[in-house]
Amino acid sequence: MADIQTVLEKEFKNADFLLDIQKIRNILDANNGARIRTWLSICSRCGLCAESCFVYLSNDQDPKLSPAYKFKHTLGQIYRLKGKVDRTFLEKCYEIAWLQCTLCKRCSMDCPFGIDIATMIAISRNICHSQGIRPKSLAEFSENCRKAGNHMGIPVEELIDTCDWMAEETEDEFRGVEIPVDKPNATFMYTINPREPVYYPQDISNAAIIFAAAQESWTIPSFGWDCTNLPMFAGDSKLAGQQVRNVYKKAKELGVEKVLITECGHAYRSLAFEGPYLAEYAGGKPPVEIVHYVKLIYDYLKQGRIKIDPQKKIKEPVTYQDPCNVSRNGGLWEEARKIIPYIAEDFRDMAPNRDRNHCCGGGGGVMPMGPDYKAARMASGRIKAEQIKATGAKIVIAPCHNCFDQINDLSEEYELGAKALSLKEVIVESMLIPDHISKY
Amino acid sequence: MFKQNTMYEILTGPVLWITFSIFLGGLVVRIAFLYRLSRKKDPVFYNHVNFTWGLKSILHWLVPWGSASMRNQPVFTFVVFVFHLTLLAVPLFLGAHNMLWDEAFGLSLWSMPDVIVDALTVIMLASVVFLFIRRIVRDEVRILTGAWDYTLLCLTVAPFLSGFLAYHQLGPYESFMILHIIFGEILLIIIPFSKLGHMILFFFTRAFIGFEMGGRRGARSW
Repeated sequence: MADIQTVLEKEFKNADFLLDIQKIRNILDANNGARIRTWLSICSRCGLCAESCFVYLSNDQDPKLSPAYKFKHTLGQIYRLKGKVDRTFLEKCYEIAWLQCTLCKRCSMDCPFGIDIATMIAISRNICHSQGIRPKSLAEFSENCRKAGNHMGIPVEELIDTCDWMAEETEDEFRGVEIPVDKPNATFMYTINPREPVYYPQDISNAAIIFAAAQESWTIPSFGWDCTNLPMFAGDSKLAGQQVRNVYKKAKELGVEKVLITECGHAYRSLAFEGPYLAEYAGGKPPVEIVHYVKLIYDYLKQGRIKIDPQKKIKEPVTYQDPCNVSRNGGLWEEARKIIPYIAEDFRDMAPNRDRNHCCGGGGGVMPMGPDYKAARMASGRIKAEQIKATGAKIVIAPCHNCFDQINDLSEEYELGAKALSLKEVIVESMLIPDHISKY
Repeated sequence: MFKQNTMYEILTGPVLWITFSIFLGGLVVRIAFLYRLSRKKDPVFYNHVNFTWGLKSILHWLVPWGSASMRNQPVFTFVVFVFHLTLLAVPLFLGAHNMLWDEAFGLSLWSMPDVIVDALTVIMLASVVFLFIRRIVRDEVRILTGAWDYTLLCLTVAPFLSGFLAYHQLGPYESFMILHIIFGEILLIIIPFSKLGHMILFFFTRAFIGFEMGGRRGARSW
């Protein structure tokens, strides 16, 4: 791993030195079910998980980075000690749980017993979090969630202003493109990543153009619009539950049919899979259908609601980044591959791919942990850089903000000469503008 | 002459009964305990039960090289299968064991010719040597391995080695035979209370990841 000792010293500098062991024990008790007990007791130390882990592979196969080592030295050890751990131990856990594992779940498929290591690392995060040992930036983002319902702390008025502004921006080229806020009974409640209004507002206008082209009934909610769930990665499961509940409740309130998620992987994992458990909904299913953007675009293209201009198909070699939480943990890898032939002429898949793809190295919360951790992120992303390089692709389609940013960083770091593009950008650039929104 | 040996009588009599009770009872109790616990604390196991995906997840790992990570380490996979198959076949299909079953219950399994069982035992011993060396040689395995892992591997091989030596009368037959029985009983007793419990628990954990990755997401957990 990259040397981040100084970063860690800074991170832990002002933390409280007294541990509340009872809190740790409560978390241990709450999770001490049949699964965890079985996993912890039957791991046969075969080591097969090591080669499934991109962090292990990217960092010269350091044996301390194998998934089995990581859970043994975090949650495994905490259970063995019945929660009686010290600060130094938890600081080591911090390193493992946030910097050496992105919860991508690839190892659980490669374990002969199917031990779900990511789940155990996530519980280790909860334990560290309960003692104030957590990434500062994720804690700040979580605080924003607590106060404003979104991790950037954007007030409602500002969101509405951004939406109005973005709708206006489309007027030069299109007509009739709207961004409706809180429209009841729409088909889709469109939830976004707070990074969009702040850093990539065009992402919102692109979405609006695509919706208008497809004559979709949709709305952005004024609250519960943040589909990401940084508290989930900060280890704050209570607040993570609240984030999910905000979205579910708003969807019910507006009477929409489905919740649509922007090009964000974690959001899909949070709302469609972990959400019902975080928010304590019985049955394990979200109360409203959750749709990811990849599925939406696939449906639009298949149904002909969006048509691509053959002249504008991408000529340069293209590859597709399977975001862990859209493909392996979301099940949408084939949909993505059916989208590609519509928009690109020269597609070159990475190896491995689909549900076996490697994490880009920016997942699990490490991207929003900020520039201090970039060195570690770049080191762990080596495998991804090599995968991209091997395809010779110049464009990487990445329907996830973390993958998107990480791939652009990797391209610079490893001189790949490749650039990440979101699906929305590609579609807006290459679609045939239907008459009903055409200005000309 | 040997039959008069009281040690032998006790080990193949009451102690054997106790052993079987602990072995089977232990497994039953462990499963029952985990079942009750799971009903309380693991709704995620039951919420997404999917028979097809659970079965696929199990079967792919019961077939040699049936999963990507097994194909990634083909030699290890081969040895692991040989190890597990001989581990089960030798004690179950050994003629001498079946005679004991027959004497006690008038029932027994099919017996393999001694020469085959003998060969399988040698193969089993060789596979254990391989697994032992692998644990030491491969960094990512050595770092995970504790004294208990080496001990368990030794305890697993002990009944086979002692039985083999006794059969071939390489050394004091009676002592080796007694050791063979003791080691066999220790191994059976340990199974329910150690990672060796995977002989049953494997099916549950594999099924779960099949539900979770396959049933919910369509991802292949192999």
